[in-house]
Amino acid sequence: MTRSRRPVLPIALMVLFLAYSLFPVWWLLVSSTKSLSDLYQTFGLTFAHWNLGSNISQTLDYQNHIYLHWVWNSIVYSTLGAFGCTLISVAAGYGMAKFKFRGRGALFAVTIGCSLLPGALLALPLYLLFSKIGLVGSMWSLLIPYWVNPFCVYLGRVYADSSVPDELLEAARLDGASETRIFGSISLRLMMTGAVTIFILDFIAIWNNFFLPLFMLSGQNSFPVVLGLYSWNEQVLQSQDMTNLVITGSLLSVIPLAVFMISLQRYWRSGILVGSLK
Amino acid sequence: MSIGTISAGADTAPASPAPSGRNPRRGGARRSGAAKGWLFNLPYILGFLGVYVAPVVYAVWQSMEKQMRSGLGFGAPRTVFAGFGNFTTVFEDGGFWSSIVRVILIAVVEIPVVLGLALIMALLLDVVGRRTAKYFRLGFLVPYMVPGVVATLIWLYLYSPIASPFVSAAKHFGTTIDFFTSVTTYFSLGNVLVWEQIGFNMILISAALQAVPRELFEAARIDGAGEARIAWSVKVPAVRPVLVFTGMFSIIAMLQLFTEPIILRQLNPGAISTTFTPMQSIYTSTFSDLNYDYAAAMSVVLALVTGVLAFVFYRFTTRRAAA
Repeated sequence: MTRSRRPVLPIALMVLFLAYSLFPVWWLLVSSTKSLSDLYQTFGLTFAHWNLGSNISQTLDYQNHIYLHWVWNSIVYSTLGAFGCTLISVAAGYGMAKFKFRGRGALFAVTIGCSLLPGALLALPLYLLFSKIGLVGSMWSLLIPYWVNPFCVYLGRVYADSSVPDELLEAARLDGASETRIFGSISLRLMMTGAVTIFILDFIAIWNNFFLPLFMLSGQNSFPVVLGLYSWNEQVLQSQDMTNLVITGSLLSVIPLAVFMISLQRYWRSGILVGSLK
Repeated sequence: MSIGTISAGADTAPASPAPSGRNPRRGGARRSGAAKGWLFNLPYILGFLGVYVAPVVYAVWQSMEKQMRSGLGFGAPRTVFAGFGNFTTVFEDGGFWSSIVRVILIAVVEIPVVLGLALIMALLLDVVGRRTAKYFRLGFLVPYMVPGVVATLIWLYLYSPIASPFVSAAKHFGTTIDFFTSVTTYFSLGNVLVWEQIGFNMILISAALQAVPRELFEAARIDGAGEARIAWSVKVPAVRPVLVFTGMFSIIAMLQLFTEPIILRQLNPGAISTTFTPMQSIYTSTFSDLNYDYAAAMSVVLALVTGVLAFVFYRFTTRRAAA
C-alpha cells in the first residue's frame, strides 16, 4: 500500500524549508544576547557571552525611553486605527449585504477593485493632500487613512452575508424594531467573529505599516516602532554603536506581535482565506 | 410600521413609481432599504471620497502644475499650468523607466519562485499526517509574523560584511561572499522578499487544497496514480485560481517595492541607488528634491502601469485557463 509508507522525503524537504524559515529569527534571538564585540567576533548562529539584560536596558533607556514611546505609539495607532476601521467596515459590509439600493453593485465593485490596490500607491497623493490641509505630522494623518480600508469592507460584507440570516432581520422588523436597534443588538452580535477577525488583520497591518508613517511623520516622538527601528538603523551608518539597539529593539517588537498572532491564529487565518478564496 | 418613518425624507435613491397608497411590505421595505443601505455605508463612502478619490484627483491636478505652491492655493493662481509637461518629462526619464523594468524583472523571477516553493510546501503538508502538518505550518508562518522592516533588518545583518555568519563561515573555508555586487544585489533582495512572502502564500494554497474533496484523490489513487501524479494532475489544477490570484496580487505589490530596498540601501548605498525602484524615485523626488509636481506625475504613471500590468496578467492567465 502506498499510503502506509513513511513519507521520508517530504519530511526531509519540509525540515529544510523550516530551517530556512526559522534561522533568521534564530539569528535575531542569538544576536540580541551578545555584546557588540561578540556580535562581530563570534559566529552568528551560536551563543556567546550572555549580554541580553544589558542590551535590553540599553535599548529601553536610550534617549529617555524613546523606544517605549514608539511601542506605545504603535499600540495607539494600531488599536484606534483598527477599531475605527472595523466599525466602518462592519457597518458598510452589513449595509451592502442586507439592503438593496441603487449603486450597490457599483459600490461593491469599486470596493473590490480598491482592495487590490497597495497602500503605497496612495501614500504620496495622501501626503500631498494632507500637507495642503495641514494634517501632516499629526496622528490624524495616519488614523484617517487607516479607517478606510476597502479590503476590510469586503470582509465585512462576506461576514454579514454568511452570519446574519435574512429571516431573523425580517422577524425583528415585523416586531417593530428599528434598523439601528436591529443592527446594534442582533446583527453586530452575530457578526462578532467577523468583526474580531477584521480587527486583528487590520491591527497587524497597521503595526507593520512603514510607508504611511514614513511619509507623514517627522517628529521622532510620534514614530511607530518599525519607523523608529528604521531611523536607528540609519544612524548605524554614522555610529556603529546602534547595532545592538536595532537588534534588541527588533526582537522586542516582534515578540508581542507574535504572541498576539499565535494566540489568535484561528481568527486571522480564516480572514486571509476568506479574502483570497471567494 | 416604523421602518419608513425615519428615512422617509432622507431617501437618496428616488423610489421608483411608488404606489400612492402605503404598501406596507414591498414598497416600504425597498424605500427604507435604499436609505438604510446608504446610511450604513455613509461613513465608508465619505472616508473613501476623502482618502481615495480626493488625494488621487489632487495628485493628478498637481501633476499638471509646474511652479507650484505659491502659499495659498487661491487668490494668486500664478502656478503655471504645465498640462502634460511633467508627464513628458516622466516619459523621457530613463532612470524612472529602468526602475520600472528593474522591478518587473525582479517580479518575473521572484514571484514564480515564491509561488513554486509555496506550492511545493503546501503539497508536502498535504501528504504528511495532520498533526505533523500542524507544527510545520506554524513554523512556516513565522516569517509572516515578522514585520517587513524587521525582516529586512535581520537579513541586512545576515548580509553585512562584518556581522554575517555566512561571511564568517565562508572565511573559514577560505572564500569570500559579497552580497552586493551588481548581480548578487538582486539575489540578496529577492531572497528577503521570498523569505517574507513564502509562508503566507503557502497558507493560502494549503487552505485551497484542503477545500478540495478528498474523494477526488481517492478516485485517482484507485485508478493507479501515484502521489506525485495526483499532486501534479489533481491537486495543482485545483489550486490554480489561488495561484492566479496571488500572482496578480504579487505583481501589483512588486511594482510598489520600497521598504526592502530602502533598508538594504542603508548597508550598501552604492549597490542600491535612490532611484532603484519607482517608489524610491517618487520618495526621493518628494523628500530630497522637493519636486512635488514631478513626484505626483510619476505616481500617476506608476498607477497606470500597475493597472495595465494587472489587467494583462489577468487576461493572460484566464485565457490560458479557458483554452
